[in-house]
Amino acid sequence: MMRVRAIVVRIIRQFFRDKRTLALMIVAPMFVLLLMNLVFNGEEYQPTIAVSKKTPDVVVEKLTKYDADVKKLTEATARKQLEKQQIDAFMEMDEGTPKITLEGSDPTVNKAVLMTVQKALQELVPQTRSLQWKTTYLHGSEDMALFDNFGPVLIGFFVFFFVFLIAGVSFLRERTSGTLERLLSTPLKRWEIVAGYIVGFGLFTTLQASLIAWFAVDILDMMMEGSFVYVLLITFLLAMTALTLGMLLSAFANNELQMMQFIPLVVIPQVFFSGLFNLDTMAEWLRSLSVVMPLTYGADALREIMVRGNGWNEIAKDVYVLLGFAILFMILNVVALKKYRKL
Amino acid sequence: MPEKPCIRLEHVTKRFGKKTVVEDVSLDVHKGEIFGLLGPSGAGKTTIVKMIAGIDEATSGTIHVLNKKMPDLHVMERIGFMAQSDALYGELTAFENLQFFASIYGLKGKKQRERIDDVMNLVNLTDDMKKPVHQYSGGMKRRLSLAISLLHEPEVLLLDEPTVGIDPVLRQAIWEELERIRQNGTTIVVTTHVMDEAEKCQRLAMIRDGRLIAVGSPDELKKETNSETIEQAFLYFGGAR
Ligand SMILES: Nc1ncnc2c1ncn2[C@@H]1O[C@H](COP(=O)(O)OP(=O)(O)O)[C@@H](O)[C@H]1O
Ligand SMILES: [Mg+2]
Repeated sequence: MMRVRAIVVRIIRQFFRDKRTLALMIVAPMFVLLLMNLVFNGEEYQPTIAVSKKTPDVVVEKLTKYDADVKKLTEATARKQLEKQQIDAFMEMDEGTPKITLEGSDPTVNKAVLMTVQKALQELVPQTRSLQWKTTYLHGSEDMALFDNFGPVLIGFFVFFFVFLIAGVSFLRERTSGTLERLLSTPLKRWEIVAGYIVGFGLFTTLQASLIAWFAVDILDMMMEGSFVYVLLITFLLAMTALTLGMLLSAFANNELQMMQFIPLVVIPQVFFSGLFNLDTMAEWLRSLSVVMPLTYGADALREIMVRGNGWNEIAKDVYVLLGFAILFMILNVVALKKYRKL
Repeated sequence: MPEKPCIRLEHVTKRFGKKTVVEDVSLDVHKGEIFGLLGPSGAGKTTIVKMIAGIDEATSGTIHVLNKKMPDLHVMERIGFMAQSDALYGELTAFENLQFFASIYGLKGKKQRERIDDVMNLVNLTDDMKKPVHQYSGGMKRRLSLAISLLHEPEVLLLDEPTVGIDPVLRQAIWEELERIRQNGTTIVVTTHVMDEAEKCQRLAMIRDGRLIAVGSPDELKKETNSETIEQAFLYFGGAR
């Protein structure tokens, strides 16, 4: 145990010595999430809102002021146009309360419509009275921003990507700098080396994942229905699979650049299959590839937790599969080290 | 010989694929001697040392160290190994590198601190203890590697080209230190391609193209070939084949 601890301490020290990599692993994901947030939750979209014939002109005026393209239509025409996605929303008065029907299938559009309506109504209603309106959706649902939808996948992806790369490169360096051989000239057992890496990186990635998830949820307001602890559990398991896979593949790379070459081969395909994009149109056999991809399970579980607010029962399968991947890769690593020392 | 040899190689052959790198080498190293492996670059010295250290296994033949067949994890605990390339963690300070390897050998607490101070004093690096290793010069890294291999007071010390890149004054100092370590009963195997260093060994083995061409004390080897220097003796043995 003391030997494993020695490796753990060393890895953590190395992390904190290399400030740039440290920043890369923590700040870069936050930065990209922020960018994504800006792009997908941006308000540049100009919604087309239809209003019923009876709507007062002052409402139209306000809606226009807040960037809407406003049309006056009868309810029947509006419904037809809503179906055909010619307009984004229809607003009518229902016993003095505004009632808005959204087309609803694109979260970006929904958000734009609601923002406009909210701002317009806020100026119309006196401060003292609370703002009230009814919203219904033709398709889709409320509360759903595009960012919320794929945010969990992104968190999983970042953890996987950075841990894969950094772990792969550090293990590669261990091999090319001769320190691995040096370690193998000591009585260290092969499993102790792998265990040291797992614990060292495990501690570090727990910190990394907590910070990224905290940033996404608290700062960027990403949807978070379930438990934070489950999010950490899943990101931790994802990190473990990424770590062990990275270590394993580093044996097939001779330098850092060759380690990078695994990114398009190993990491990027997982993004496509992990639910960021709709796979319904893809051929069946191709779709079934996602079964062997750790990120599929991680992303699925994160969505269950963050978007659907589900608990253990819904993520249990994903947890077991991820654990299985991590253990499999761990064992393969211990075996692969045999190449350098038989014992 | 009254005692059993400390290291014994019997018909050791090592192949990488089809290439034979070490061929049928048999030799004994006795307890408490400095044994030199002399040969030009590519002769197979590193390969032999790695097999003795238990990192590599012989393709055929056997190696015994301290009466145990190698590789053996328990024996590895009693061996100190200094690799040809400096296997150090550049981001960490010398002290942190020492701490790491000390913990791997099970040294802790006060004892660890004492050993670290001792070995760093020995290689004259005490003042640079807190410096990150990537700021070290080539010679300093060699000395640190040597210090690390001495940390756990090994009974057998394997040094692969320990004096490469070290200036003559320090080289002299290191050899004096090795001599002192030897007098404490440690068995030392040193590889080198510098002929005049070989003079400082009690016995040496000359190796060319993976084959043993001569074994003996420097004086014996010189006398046998009527040479003034080890270099001439080496050329004689090499040419005679
Ligand atoms: N892992 C390896 N695979 C293939 N060839 C190797 C390997 N290691 C060493 N060699 C070859 O073995 C020969 C002896 O190498 P080495 O033992 O390093 O020599 P020395 O230490 O005497 O300079 C060289 O020709 C080298 O190319
Ligand atoms: Mg060599």
